[in-house]
Amino acid sequence: MSASLQKSELQTGERIVGPPRPLLKAKITVRHLRKTFPLGSGTLKALHDIELSIAGGEFCCIVGPSGCGKTTLLRILAGLEEPTAGEVEIEPSGSGRPLNSMVFQEQSVFPWLTVEGNVGYGLRMRRVPRQRRRQIVRSYLAMVGLEGFATAYPYQLSGGMKQRVVVARALANDPEVLLMDEPFVSLDEQTKIVLQGELLRIWESARKTVVFITHSIDEAVLLGDRVVVMTARPGRIKAEVAIPLPRPRSVYELKSSPEYGLLVGQVWSLLRDEVLVKDGARMP
Amino acid sequence: MSIEQGEAIRISNPPESGEQPRSLGAGLTRERVVSILSPLALLLLWEGLVRTRVLDVRFFPAPSQVLGTLVSLNLSGELPQDVLISLSRIAAGFALGAGAGIALGLMMGVSRVIRAAVNPLVGTIYPIPKIAILPLVMLIFGLGEPSKYVIVAIGVFFLVLLNTAAGVMNIEKIYLDVGRNFGARRSDVLLTIALPGALPFIFTGLRLGWGTGLLLIVAAEFISARSGIGYLIWTSWQTFAVEEMYVGLITISALGLISFALFDVLERWLIPWKT
Repeated sequence: MSASLQKSELQTGERIVGPPRPLLKAKITVRHLRKTFPLGSGTLKALHDIELSIAGGEFCCIVGPSGCGKTTLLRILAGLEEPTAGEVEIEPSGSGRPLNSMVFQEQSVFPWLTVEGNVGYGLRMRRVPRQRRRQIVRSYLAMVGLEGFATAYPYQLSGGMKQRVVVARALANDPEVLLMDEPFVSLDEQTKIVLQGELLRIWESARKTVVFITHSIDEAVLLGDRVVVMTARPGRIKAEVAIPLPRPRSVYELKSSPEYGLLVGQVWSLLRDEVLVKDGARMP
Repeated sequence: MSIEQGEAIRISNPPESGEQPRSLGAGLTRERVVSILSPLALLLLWEGLVRTRVLDVRFFPAPSQVLGTLVSLNLSGELPQDVLISLSRIAAGFALGAGAGIALGLMMGVSRVIRAAVNPLVGTIYPIPKIAILPLVMLIFGLGEPSKYVIVAIGVFFLVLLNTAAGVMNIEKIYLDVGRNFGARRSDVLLTIALPGALPFIFTGLRLGWGTGLLLIVAAEFISARSGIGYLIWTSWQTFAVEEMYVGLITISALGLISFALFDVLERWLIPWKT
């Protein structure tokens, strides 16, 4: 199967919706990625021929129906899972920084480490000296609003605070690419809005390349420069929607703006069929 | 009408808030009193039954007699010495067995290959009652101190090993993912994830191991020792010194109680994140 054929197939489909985004050098390139898992006597096709290119400094959100393989895609990007076929390339900048750090879900906080120990974990693994580590950790704790909790253990924290620890742990590692796996999924609505706002603020000042997995269309449109829509299993890329909303963005203002509503509707119309396929149901 | 209401409120409010903790406290002290009184009552009953000759004094010496022997054995320095020597034997064997058990258990928990290699061996040896190995241990290590250390170490080793490995395998996979994503090396995974994550299980193994250590040291001292609590009990049987035998039994019971309380303290100190 040739690459050009794949490309043209995708382009004649609903590849780009909305205005084209500026051509930047690709930071992450995914080519013909497939992933199957052994399942009983057969195999489960999780990902089918994923083609994706993410620019340096881009905030890319990936949405899809549950079970579509979006988390698997992220795990492959993080090096936690091997692709069955195809390739994934993250272009290093040559600065010696870690290539990627994952913002896992809230329950990934190590219960046996203090907040400080958790946030400094990546630095400790890279043998950053204790004094330097402490400095860095303190500044990121301040950034996520956890100053004063450095010596607390996770069981003393609320869910929202634990999620801040997880975000700070990845940020403190100063990776070239930040991978986020539905980081706010288990939070209540108010906490989620607050943390989304903080993530926007932090990202808009740091401009790291971010790949953000979510099943929430609202969240994807709110945060991303681009929303990639995946199909039901086996996951393929169905379409991409550019999000030309101006930055810096404010969660509250955006939610009431008509452009935001239009974009959410656009993504939902793409996603709806996939959700219906997955549930085997038909809705009017 | 309005006065009645006012009174009703006045009456129902203060007692309600005051009575609740008081009755709870009263229940707690009542329980405490009962749990102190019941063993005392049993001892009194025992004493009475011996004095009225219902119980045979040759098998069941009166608690007062046992207490007297306990005091005199303490004053002579005999009992403290026996306790010290038994404790030092357990401690040495425990350190050996627990150290090896934790180290190998961590590796078993982390590595599927090591698990596959070690599991059948453990499965074969673990079910053997450790006392049955004692003659072999004495054959190899002689009648001196090393054989005592070794038999305790063997007993402790398996319990700590199995609990440590189970503890590591019970660690949520997401923690290992975090380790990998943040570049943890194999030794980092062992020390920063496997060990702390398995600590609650390891403590279960240590507690069980310590209990087994008490049991094994007494058995070993029955057979081949000139000192220790086991020796005290065994010789008192041979010389029909029943009171001394009871003193030995009480001492072991006390050792167990105290050491398990110390384990609780140690656990709270080493696992501050356990709620």
